[in-house]
Amino acid sequence: MSENRTRTATIAVLVENEAGVLARVIGLFSGRGYNIDSLTVAPVEEEGRLSRITIVTSGTEMVIEQIKAQLDRLVPVHRVQDLTMEGPHLTRELALIKVVGRGEHRVEALRLADAFRARVVDATTESFVFEMTGNADKIDAFCALMRPLGLKEICRTGAVAIARGTAHMAA
Amino acid sequence: MSATEAPAAAAMSGAEVVLRALKDQGVDVIFGYPGGAVLPIYDALFQQNHIRHILVRHEQAAVHAAEGYARSTGKVGVVLVTSGPGATNAVTGLVDALMDSIPVVCLTGQVPTHLIGNDAFQEADTTGITRPATKHNYLVKRSEDLARVMHDAFYVARSGRPGPVVVDLPKDILIKPAPYADAPAASTPHRSYRPVTAPDAERILEAVRLLKRSERPVIYAGGGVINSGPEASRLLREFVHLTGMPCTNTLMGLGAFPASDRQFIGMLGMHGTYEANLTMHGCDVMFNIGARFDDRITGRLDAFSPGSKKIHADIDPSSINKNVKVDVPIVGDAGQVLAAMIEAWRSDPAPIAKDAQLGWWRQIEQWRKQDCLAYVQQGPIIKPQHAVKRLFEITQEMGRETFISTEVGQHQMWAAQYFGFDKPNRWMTSGGLGTMGYGLPAAMGVQIAHPDALCIDIAGEASILMNIQEMGTLAQYRLPVKVFILNNQYMGMVRQWQELLHGSRYSESYSEALPDFVRLAEAFHARGLRAETADQLDDVIREMIAHPGPVIADICVAKDENCFPMIPSGAAHNDMILGPGQEKNAASVTDEGKVLV
Repeated sequence: MSENRTRTATIAVLVENEAGVLARVIGLFSGRGYNIDSLTVAPVEEEGRLSRITIVTSGTEMVIEQIKAQLDRLVPVHRVQDLTMEGPHLTRELALIKVVGRGEHRVEALRLADAFRARVVDATTESFVFEMTGNADKIDAFCALMRPLGLKEICRTGAVAIARGTAHMAA
Repeated sequence: MSATEAPAAAAMSGAEVVLRALKDQGVDVIFGYPGGAVLPIYDALFQQNHIRHILVRHEQAAVHAAEGYARSTGKVGVVLVTSGPGATNAVTGLVDALMDSIPVVCLTGQVPTHLIGNDAFQEADTTGITRPATKHNYLVKRSEDLARVMHDAFYVARSGRPGPVVVDLPKDILIKPAPYADAPAASTPHRSYRPVTAPDAERILEAVRLLKRSERPVIYAGGGVINSGPEASRLLREFVHLTGMPCTNTLMGLGAFPASDRQFIGMLGMHGTYEANLTMHGCDVMFNIGARFDDRITGRLDAFSPGSKKIHADIDPSSINKNVKVDVPIVGDAGQVLAAMIEAWRSDPAPIAKDAQLGWWRQIEQWRKQDCLAYVQQGPIIKPQHAVKRLFEITQEMGRETFISTEVGQHQMWAAQYFGFDKPNRWMTSGGLGTMGYGLPAAMGVQIAHPDALCIDIAGEASILMNIQEMGTLAQYRLPVKVFILNNQYMGMVRQWQELLHGSRYSESYSEALPDFVRLAEAFHARGLRAETADQLDDVIREMIAHPGPVIADICVAKDENCFPMIPSGAAHNDMILGPGQEKNAASVTDEGKVLV
């Protein structure tokens, strides 16, 4: 049944940048049993009055509609946009990846990093920290390749996303 | 003139700003309990005459009293409690108001800003604790935000789907001077919270077209109609009469449509009437106005009104398509939706399916003949249903303006079934949260708002003990609230479920040592009355009403009476237990059904 099929949704939420607003959004997800695959937040306005939250979640169509309606009725929420539904959009994520090793592994790691356009932002004789930007799949793929080469630590921001073209989100 | 006003305004303390904002918001009474963190507000209260303070005996009761006040007047109810335990005690009331969409502003004291987070005496993370318990909450950390936050709290509490709002007030903010600002003009849009109240015209036309073609329609109206104000109830009556359709009300909606009207088919849901539930089950078009397809209403979801097209009008978009997939969603205020529906109905030339609808009514009349609320009152033992019915009849004879509140359990359902409400705002009950101990403080709040009205709390002997301390408040303010206890010595609804679903194993549902309610009343300076046999009932009711002060009437009723009809949990509307002798139907409830509350 199509009604029971789950999908992933990338939801952008423009909120008043006030104390507790992130707790409110996260509490909504935990209190109502929704999934959070990733969540990012930062102020996006010059005066710092507004913040933008990007949430990647998954659920049936009915659940995702609920999530959007529940977010929209929070008092400090200005706008809720389902980027997945509203047309083409870009998703990016930043990752810092630490690989520790010597010899051949080091060379191979560096070669692969080059192929994936990961930048070396820190290096010692036994380690690299790579910085990488891309969508989640690309970062997943890079991390999988690094695993046998001495992958020790991953830090990821979670997705940020924006619609393509002239369409834009405003308070 | 303005020169003398300006310095006075500048010299206001935070506490004075709070009171000024309350006054400007039209508040005339607040329910509260003092404590260290709110002493500055109590001091300011002492020095003014605009706002009356009602001293409750427990903070939970303050919120329920504010709810009773709000529900019977349509205004925002206001609560004032101290930090720490004052705030945590209020939480049950806040969740109650959240679940039933009642506008309440609750001011909580807080330790001074520099001590927040230090585990100071009577400190609690009030905004953290109440975040999921309120529609919105605020912690005021800067004096310049105080006036704006106060006005904002009232706007949020009453706008859209109403609800409780907490304003947490650190003690230093209350003591320091703070600037006052008037409430923003009603025409100024709120920065982020602007709920839609006007329905989409196209959706209204779609709904009208669907209803006109319908052969078996039903109108299902809930608390949203009451929250919209008395005009919405008048429009509902007009719409139901205009269309000739049957109308059922939810527990929250009782009074939105007159119980005495021929087109009223009773309350629906778990303990609703046979005719209401079968009408819902068999309809081809359902118009839900201001109700939320709660699980007490729908029963088993996949068997809920399986063949119908569903129109759902609600002010809260998140209520639509939450439990039940609907065909025509309408976002809007109940009153505005009904006004638009009436206009669209009148200007649409299409005739209704008259013959088919006559057949539908004949079917409904057949169901009505089941007389599902019939009971036999025989012998000296008072049937609880009979007690409520006589209370209703006697108050009707007297013709006084009557408000009913209830606690939670069997007595609540009997009150809903046997007390007829012809007007909105006369019925206060804890629907969503199901809070035992709600009724007495709620009745108190109603009585404060309507000093000359007859306010009765229909109670159970177990529930009433949860906030019995409020008898002290009744005494202090000479509030003539009547507590009408249907005393069966059991937590009746628990006992009923244990009988029907748990093999009659009455685990912990019997109160071994009940107080003597007559002497308890007397200890609280009230009148205590008791009816032990059926022939005493009417006299006790009349004496209770005639007494000018507060009364506890202890009505000793049959101990093992069950509340019927009943749709057991996990069953469909057409799997109803109608009365004694059919209990075995409950035995077929599966574990899947039993997990549902």
